[in-house]
Amino acid sequence: MGHTIKVTVNGVTHEATVEPRMLLVQFLREVLMLTGTHIGCDTSQCGACTVLVDGVATKSCTMFAVQADGREITTIEGLAANGDLHPLQKAFWEEHGLQCGFCTPGVIISSYDFLKRNPNPTEEEIRHALEGNYCRCTGYQNIVKAVKKAAQSM
Amino acid sequence: MANYIGSSLKRKEDRRFITGKGTYTDDIVLPNMTYAYIVRSPHAHARIKAIHADKALAHPGVVAVFTGKDLQDDGVNPLPTGWQITDSMIEPPHPVVAVDRVRYVGNPVAVVIANSRAAAKDAAELVEVDYEILPAVVDATRAIEKGAPTVHDEAPDNISFTWELGDKAATDDALSKAAHITRLEIVNQRLIPNAMEPRSAIGDYHPARDELTLYTSSQNPHLIRLLMCAFVLGIPEHKVRVVSPDVGGGFGSKIFHYPEEVIVSWASRKLGRPVKWTAERSESFLTDAHGRDHYTVAEMGIDKDGTILALRVNTIANLGAYLSTFAGGIPTWLYGTLLAGQYKYPHIYVQTKGVFTHTTPVDAYRGAGRPEATFVVERLMDTAARELGMDPAELRRKNFIPADAFPYETPVVLTYDSGNYEASLEKAMQIIDYQKWRDEQAKARNQGRLIGIGLSCYIEACGIAPSKVAGAIGVRAGLYEGASIRVHPTGQVTVYTGSHSHGQGHETTFAQIVADGLGVSPENVEVVHGDTAQIPFGMGTYGSRSLAVGGSAIWRAVEKIREKAKKIAAHKLEASEDDIVFEDGKWVVKGTDRALTLGEIALTAYVPHDYPEGLEPGLEENSFYDPANFTFPFGTHIAVVEIDPDTGKVQILRYVAVDDVGNVINPMIVDGQVHGGLAQGIGQALWEGAVYDENGQLLTGSMMDYAIPKADDLPHFEVDRTVTPCPHNPLGVKGAGETGTIASTVCIVNAVVDAVSHLGIKDIPMPLTPERVWRAIHGK
Ligand code: FES
Ligand code: FES
Repeated sequence: MGHTIKVTVNGVTHEATVEPRMLLVQFLREVLMLTGTHIGCDTSQCGACTVLVDGVATKSCTMFAVQADGREITTIEGLAANGDLHPLQKAFWEEHGLQCGFCTPGVIISSYDFLKRNPNPTEEEIRHALEGNYCRCTGYQNIVKAVKKAAQSM
Repeated sequence: MANYIGSSLKRKEDRRFITGKGTYTDDIVLPNMTYAYIVRSPHAHARIKAIHADKALAHPGVVAVFTGKDLQDDGVNPLPTGWQITDSMIEPPHPVVAVDRVRYVGNPVAVVIANSRAAAKDAAELVEVDYEILPAVVDATRAIEKGAPTVHDEAPDNISFTWELGDKAATDDALSKAAHITRLEIVNQRLIPNAMEPRSAIGDYHPARDELTLYTSSQNPHLIRLLMCAFVLGIPEHKVRVVSPDVGGGFGSKIFHYPEEVIVSWASRKLGRPVKWTAERSESFLTDAHGRDHYTVAEMGIDKDGTILALRVNTIANLGAYLSTFAGGIPTWLYGTLLAGQYKYPHIYVQTKGVFTHTTPVDAYRGAGRPEATFVVERLMDTAARELGMDPAELRRKNFIPADAFPYETPVVLTYDSGNYEASLEKAMQIIDYQKWRDEQAKARNQGRLIGIGLSCYIEACGIAPSKVAGAIGVRAGLYEGASIRVHPTGQVTVYTGSHSHGQGHETTFAQIVADGLGVSPENVEVVHGDTAQIPFGMGTYGSRSLAVGGSAIWRAVEKIREKAKKIAAHKLEASEDDIVFEDGKWVVKGTDRALTLGEIALTAYVPHDYPEGLEPGLEENSFYDPANFTFPFGTHIAVVEIDPDTGKVQILRYVAVDDVGNVINPMIVDGQVHGGLAQGIGQALWEGAVYDENGQLLTGSMMDYAIPKADDLPHFEVDRTVTPCPHNPLGVKGAGETGTIASTVCIVNAVVDAVSHLGIKDIPMPLTPERVWRAIHGK
């Protein structure tokens, strides 16, 4: 008993039939093979699965694929326009804002949404904004630096 | 030619990660793949009376259901442990899937394999297991009491080994004569590693070629292949390829050979189809090997003037239900040997009892034994200073091994290679402005505010390990590292390393070494790791060994390439070999401008028309590097904290880390390693801790209940260095992966206790949650 949905992901519209219980993150990873969005937990804590849904950072493990019907999704794969890295991606690279890279797509997407709302944040605001994204590698210091740097260049 | 060694080159590996193009194991999808879901025991201790799989087998999409008996009947052996601690160590069998008894919540009981993840999981719900629930014991101190439930019949008293090191008689004697004894009872609580990528494994068997590929999120693919082939499955190693692609953090938890690696490999051979398993986070909590979990009584004997005379330590280490791969070595050799710290006290005696309980197996977690040792030593130092009315920095200084005493032999078998402890303490005190904070603290106390200053002067042994030593202390492996360098005809270079990067940035650091070593740009150096089919052999990454051992192996291979290149250059430049020098990235005829680059030499080596007589064509070299000694990074960390007396919340006002990791190849990467280590160490001090109820249920089984540090929990770290090169490896490097974790836990605890000591508080058990701190302050 599939449901047919139409979802635009990174500018491309996909039509697919999915089980009602399929999570958006599973749809992205397993149906569209966009494996840049990761699954780090089963309790909606870690933020590794964060994507933009109609421009708003959303944990894609908290949403069913059917709820994405008719909406626009941006994943980490869609952030670089024509191969040009987004300023956030550049800043994470330059400031060593990642180590194993597993949390990185989620952290970058969350930061993207945050900087839209707060283009000139303080360190404290950045740390607060990233509360929903766990990183076990970096101790967050260079993530904070990267977000700050990106803010300056955006 | 640029000097890449020592520069903060941006990481070569990052492009794929920031664009979402990394390849972690769960990202791999193979044709005709099946999915495994593992039925796990909900009980900490029970007898399996029967398993009914019919309903699960009938579920749509299900391909097979296997139980422990199926594996056993097919000749699958138990998982081995790799470290024998004493001759009489008790090593009960560790079945891949439980056969008749389960011994911890999460113990595999059956495996359901289906065409989709969802079908496998649904069907797993239908597997009925009849259990006879048995009493469980979770606390190691309770497990050794008379009458405690027994985990393994082979060890009726639940003790796997009792290990000791040092001169007991001399230590007892020195303590009995000491003017002052400082005594602490320490619980170093159990931690759950929580690498952000859950473990994952895919077995992919090709019947026609009789070849198996195992993809696994491992820190050491060669070791997994060796253990699985030689011990568990008894299949030929040359027919097995183990690939550890991008791995999302490890921190020790991905060193070990886990049941799931065997399950997917064995099942794929049975079914002739690929089998994938990926942990859900709740499974990670239950089944990734945990860390720490010590109960310790430590006594330090000190004479009147503050000279430390002896240290006696008794530790009960919880090993969990089974001996994981390196389990025994962590609370013994990697712990007891570090109890000299930075100090010259002449007598040390340590005894560790390794104890089975009905809990998840415990093994190495970032620092692995060394944070526990540092905790003991540095808690004692701070406590002793307070009891003696000395400044804690002063007491340490008085007892430091002096800078001119290296190499220094400790009473617990190690020979420290090099150090300058005074220098790192001095620097840290300067950066933080130590005296100012002491004044500040006094002022604050008068105003009823609670400010504390904590020190931690740590030592670490990394670069594990000289194989001879490893053998002597019971490691069932050599701990060298392998490397291979292939210079292509056009002068680009591929480096194959047995180390594995799961965040450490080897693709960059190793490229920097080779770039300088051979006179090429790092862009022209590709580092390959994590694939047994490409890399000759390797022991993997743990214990901060990659650069000191793996990097040294690469350097040896560089030297071999240089040697051969020199012969080719001499021939081409019509000079004697003795006149060729490697300068500015070229092979130059001494005192002339006649020179050849690596590219020119490589082309000659592969198109050897005009070539030295008797020299083999080609330009490729292998090397294995077996270290001469451990390396001994050290440093001083100082933290300033303020406690809110109304809530007990600890705020870190400053955190200064001065580390000495020897020479530094990429400062940016080293700083990043320190930051991450600090976060984990501070996490243990303030928030993290596994909690079991008395029946063995893990109460902290999700990220909702287990507090992983978040961005706004942590301060801005001030990281600095002193540089004392390692004298015994070619790069002069010591290792930087664990310093932060080793030093920071005790540093924070010392600071918090310092903030409240004037209230008569001597100690607060970790984690120092607001509640615990508040209770201590208010005596509730
Ligand atoms: S996977 Fe969505 S929050 Fe962790
Ligand atoms: S970089 Fe590894 S979890 Fe963030």
